Amino acid sequence: MTEGNGTVTNGAPNQKSMTIIVTKGTLDWAYPPFILATTAAAMGVNTTMFFTFYGLPLLLKKLDLKISPLGNPAMKMPMMGMHMAMPNWVATIPGVDSGATGMMKNMIKKKGVASIDELRDMALEAEVKMIACQMTMDLFEYKEEDMIEGMTLGGAATYLEQALKSDVNLFV
Amino acid sequence: MPDKTLDAKGLNCPLPILRTKKMLNEVPAGGTLEVLATDPGSVADMASFCRTTGNELVESTKDGDVFRFLIKHTG
Repeated sequence: MTEGNGTVTNGAPNQKSMTIIVTKGTLDWAYPPFILATTAAAMGVNTTMFFTFYGLPLLLKKLDLKISPLGNPAMKMPMMGMHMAMPNWVATIPGVDSGATGMMKNMIKKKGVASIDELRDMALEAEVKMIACQMTMDLFEYKEEDMIEGMTLGGAATYLEQALKSDVNLFV
Repeated sequence: MPDKTLDAKGLNCPLPILRTKKMLNEVPAGGTLEVLATDPGSVADMASFCRTTGNELVESTKDGDVFRFLIKHTG
């Protein structure tokens, strides 16, 4: 349960719990924390997500997630039966990021992978606690009214209080 | 006959597990849920899900490209 003042309490005494620090907000890196959080909640784990730095925009009401192939030689897209990475000089051309993002979104749909919007809704429905880092809100000038309902504000101590009594703590 | 059947064919990780959990809530205690899936990862995942949540995986079989799980709601 999340109380109004941002403090986090555990459920049943023997219930397992997990926390995830979410620091990356690109379309690809948004997946691991949301997949793990929704699955943990489905497995009866009391789950907390702490969104900080570039992970914070994942709490915006309106998501606009992108990927960039620039500087990512591991991003090999399936193409014509092969896997192709994009050279950096190509990735710097205007429009390449949005093209790659479109390709990724098509693949996501085609392969039956959930969208981040869907996973986030399911996480909220499953009572995954989402804490927005107050310092990052101030630093990047995000307004509370632009963020989804159901999140709470907190800082390092709020996170650590929960992490110290959790069975699994992850940094993504 | 299972009490409920979930068609999770074409869905990828973690959707088969999330839908299974949701539909198990609609199955009475002791009742059974049949899940059909095409995600090969769901074979290991369904077993892990059941072990962790205390539900009984009664059957885990494969027919062509379709995996079939029979889960007894005991969790």
